[in-house]
Amino acid sequence: MSAFNAIGEEREIDREEFTADNEPQPTWCPGCGDFGVLKALKQALPEVGRTPDEVLTVTGIGCSGKLNSYLETYGFHTIHGRSLPVARAAKLANDGLEVIAAGGDGDGYGIGGNHFMHTARENHDMTYIVFNNEVFGLTKGQTSPTSPKGHKSKTTPHGNAKSPIRPLSLGLTSGATYIARTAAVNPNQAKEIIAEAIEHDGFAHIDFLTQCPTWNKDARQYVPYVDVQESEDYDFDITDREQAQDMMFEAENALHEGTVLTGRFFVDERPSYQDQKKDLGEMPREPLAERYFDEDAKWERSYDLLDRHT
Amino acid sequence: MSDNELIWRIAGGSGDGIDSTSQTFAKVLMRSGLDVFTHRHYPSRIRGGHTYVEIRAAGHEVQSRGDGYNFLLALGDSFARNPQEDAYYGNEEIKPLSENLDELREGGIIVYDTGLISEEDVEDLNLEERAEENDWHLFPMDLRSLAREHGREVMRNTAGVGVTAALLGMDLDPFVEAMEDSKMTGDVLQANLDIFQEANDIVHEEFEFTHDLRIPEGEHEEEQALLSGSNAIAYGSIDAGCRFIAGYPMTPWTDVFTIMSQHLPEMGGISEQVEDEIAAAALAVGASHAGAKAMSGSSGGGFALMSEPLGLAEMTETPIVLVESMRAGPSTGMPTKPEQADLEFVLYTSQGDSSRVVFAPGNVEEAYEQTRLAFHIAYEYQIPTIIIYDQKLSGENTNVPVSFFDREPEPDLGSTLTEEELKEAAHDASGKFERFQHEPDTDVDNGVSPRSLPGQSGGRYLATGNEHTPTGHISEDPDNRVFQLERRLQKLDSIRAELDEEHESNQTFFGDESADYGIITWGSSQGAVKEAVERLNDAGSPVKGLGVSDMMPFPEDEITAFIESVDEVMVVEMNATAQFRGHIQKELGRYGEKLTSLLKYNGNPFEPAEIVESCELRIEDSDEEPTAQVHIEPAAGD
Repeated sequence: MSAFNAIGEEREIDREEFTADNEPQPTWCPGCGDFGVLKALKQALPEVGRTPDEVLTVTGIGCSGKLNSYLETYGFHTIHGRSLPVARAAKLANDGLEVIAAGGDGDGYGIGGNHFMHTARENHDMTYIVFNNEVFGLTKGQTSPTSPKGHKSKTTPHGNAKSPIRPLSLGLTSGATYIARTAAVNPNQAKEIIAEAIEHDGFAHIDFLTQCPTWNKDARQYVPYVDVQESEDYDFDITDREQAQDMMFEAENALHEGTVLTGRFFVDERPSYQDQKKDLGEMPREPLAERYFDEDAKWERSYDLLDRHT
Repeated sequence: MSDNELIWRIAGGSGDGIDSTSQTFAKVLMRSGLDVFTHRHYPSRIRGGHTYVEIRAAGHEVQSRGDGYNFLLALGDSFARNPQEDAYYGNEEIKPLSENLDELREGGIIVYDTGLISEEDVEDLNLEERAEENDWHLFPMDLRSLAREHGREVMRNTAGVGVTAALLGMDLDPFVEAMEDSKMTGDVLQANLDIFQEANDIVHEEFEFTHDLRIPEGEHEEEQALLSGSNAIAYGSIDAGCRFIAGYPMTPWTDVFTIMSQHLPEMGGISEQVEDEIAAAALAVGASHAGAKAMSGSSGGGFALMSEPLGLAEMTETPIVLVESMRAGPSTGMPTKPEQADLEFVLYTSQGDSSRVVFAPGNVEEAYEQTRLAFHIAYEYQIPTIIIYDQKLSGENTNVPVSFFDREPEPDLGSTLTEEELKEAAHDASGKFERFQHEPDTDVDNGVSPRSLPGQSGGRYLATGNEHTPTGHISEDPDNRVFQLERRLQKLDSIRAELDEEHESNQTFFGDESADYGIITWGSSQGAVKEAVERLNDAGSPVKGLGVSDMMPFPEDEITAFIESVDEVMVVEMNATAQFRGHIQKELGRYGEKLTSLLKYNGNPFEPAEIVESCELRIEDSDEEPTAQVHIEPAAGD
């Protein structure tokens, strides 16, 4: 008998269940790309059969961090850059949970970059959505790790001397096993990609272009977008690492030249961290969290370890 | 100083097997009925560098290192750098002998390996002359050749133990048993047994027994186990039902981390070595949030990285246990040397009006007890709880009755609801679970609002590091802010009340109750202070002592009563800035004129005699400086 009956519950799910009763209307600016992520999630979650009680949405800090204030699931709004370590531990403690982590580009590729690299490397079974608006929004428009070279802001008054980070390439090199880029201006694709990412067994990384009309570009600047799977101009095998790498490189360059290339860039069937750890005997087959509610569970004692000390 | 005790020091270079040899010897001493206490001194270096382990053994209780020592086994440093006059490190080869002479007591024994320590170097030391002056008894022997003859050079430590056993008149069988019980097998075991026996024979054949020192006698009433503070912290965690640990290696915290990592997988638990300490603490938070009993920890520098996740745990009321294993700072400091200088850092790190619980165990048994208690408090009150200890307690081995550990595990998740209980729990008008209730008419009078876990039906809420409403939504409403902040802080008072009313005190009182002079110490300095107090009383200076473990919430009543009962208090701690004295004054708001400090910060823990000397100086109102490398910081206005 499970102590977590929401997990694996089979029933009809209405997307409105994912609208927060207490805070139905987000505080994001009009025209903000973050609405696109929220909408895509609300559509994707019922589609893949997940209920609000079995989803844990873990966010960082920034406008994107408010996601779980407006998405009705279990939520953990953590600290700047640290959504991934919190999220992956929750998944380790109870891998029945559907864990979705989210944060901005500064959160994920800047202050939390180390966690991004290692969570991808370990291939934790979870979805990570990076709200990439190429700027720090909530602190009023400073240059971020994805801001293009030359970007002017109050912290770079003469223009940014740094080249932007390459988020897709970084995900690939680090070891993510599902890598996609979508955009708020492309709601159908966004929903589909989020659904695929949730269903993927491993670390799914979505670089989600969320325009920031207040401090950076508005929605029009992400149009027209090109879906690399649908366009005849691009032909590559998403399961081929080298081809994926070339495609990512091109997409990252193109963004700063005004062409928005989106779609799936890489998929790999490498076993998830949880599965590998279980196979090595480094993680229980049954969720650890269940054991604390099992009245018949036998708990080991240090008393039985004393032989080596006597 | 007890006459009937052995303090055996084995000295060599890192990599010479000093640690494992001393473990075996300590076990033999314990099995023969003696109380033992070990002290490790080593450099932050894998190969070479002056290192020693000291084992104190007596037929009576020992709870600290002693004053100096009386038996030196100088193996020589087989990884010593070439002697260079201009280099600051000088001649490393001779150090296992030369560096240890100042602390060797009169009448002491010196065994040294002539296979590694050259005759010329020994002559340069004037060893014979000094031995005559101090009544030392010299036993030079080529341990290296003996080891090579039967096995490998590294086995010269076994030869040294053989010499020790012979000189002390010890029964050899327990050594043979201990070697057979160890990890050694086959040829390696046989070689060691041969070396041990032959070393013993040579001593009887070739040396005249000029010394008086012999093995003390003792008997235990029940079976004993030899373990360290790190073992005790790990075992306390296991018995508290902790099955999740995340960490990053750092000396000396690594000991707890590796012990847990060794056991957790076979206990259905999870150990995670992660990218940095920010992640480590954040993982503990995430695992606990999802329903595991979780811990993390580090030493000073790594713990600094945990400040922000620590604050997150406080604000989201996520139970976690962190351990902080202090070493000498600031910055990288002296990685393998003990100090008690992270107290203020651990008490106050992380922004805002934060609340946490901090225990500082004083010995191995307290380390076990207080770690269990830490998990109980953390999960009952949904608050981060920290065990602060140091390199000294981490590595010192002492004997504890096996029966001490014979008790039931406590895997309870504390104030966590089941789905059944959730149905009855508080929900707001829209039907949302109130995870952070604060209204006065609810049942949260101890400040604790029960939590749900993700995946439970009907328990949805938002955990956030922002200030939040009862359902967890972000809010800057002034009334809500005041309610929530006061409720979180109120938990500390509730915990103090529980500690006072439902548990045996974590503070240890000792000495003469009617004395007018008092000594207060905290954490791992307790053993040395306790012994010093005993000696002062034996010598006719009435003194009472108090070892404090509850750093936060502060045991105000116990400490006030103690200070009020004496004319002056000396606060003994291993740091330069009198941090615990400052903490007492802050918590009690007075007594600045009554608290003198005795401070030591040279990288070595207190010896009882150092405390005795300084205390006598204060009692006699003397202006003299102590002869030891310690510092007396007088009370305000003194």
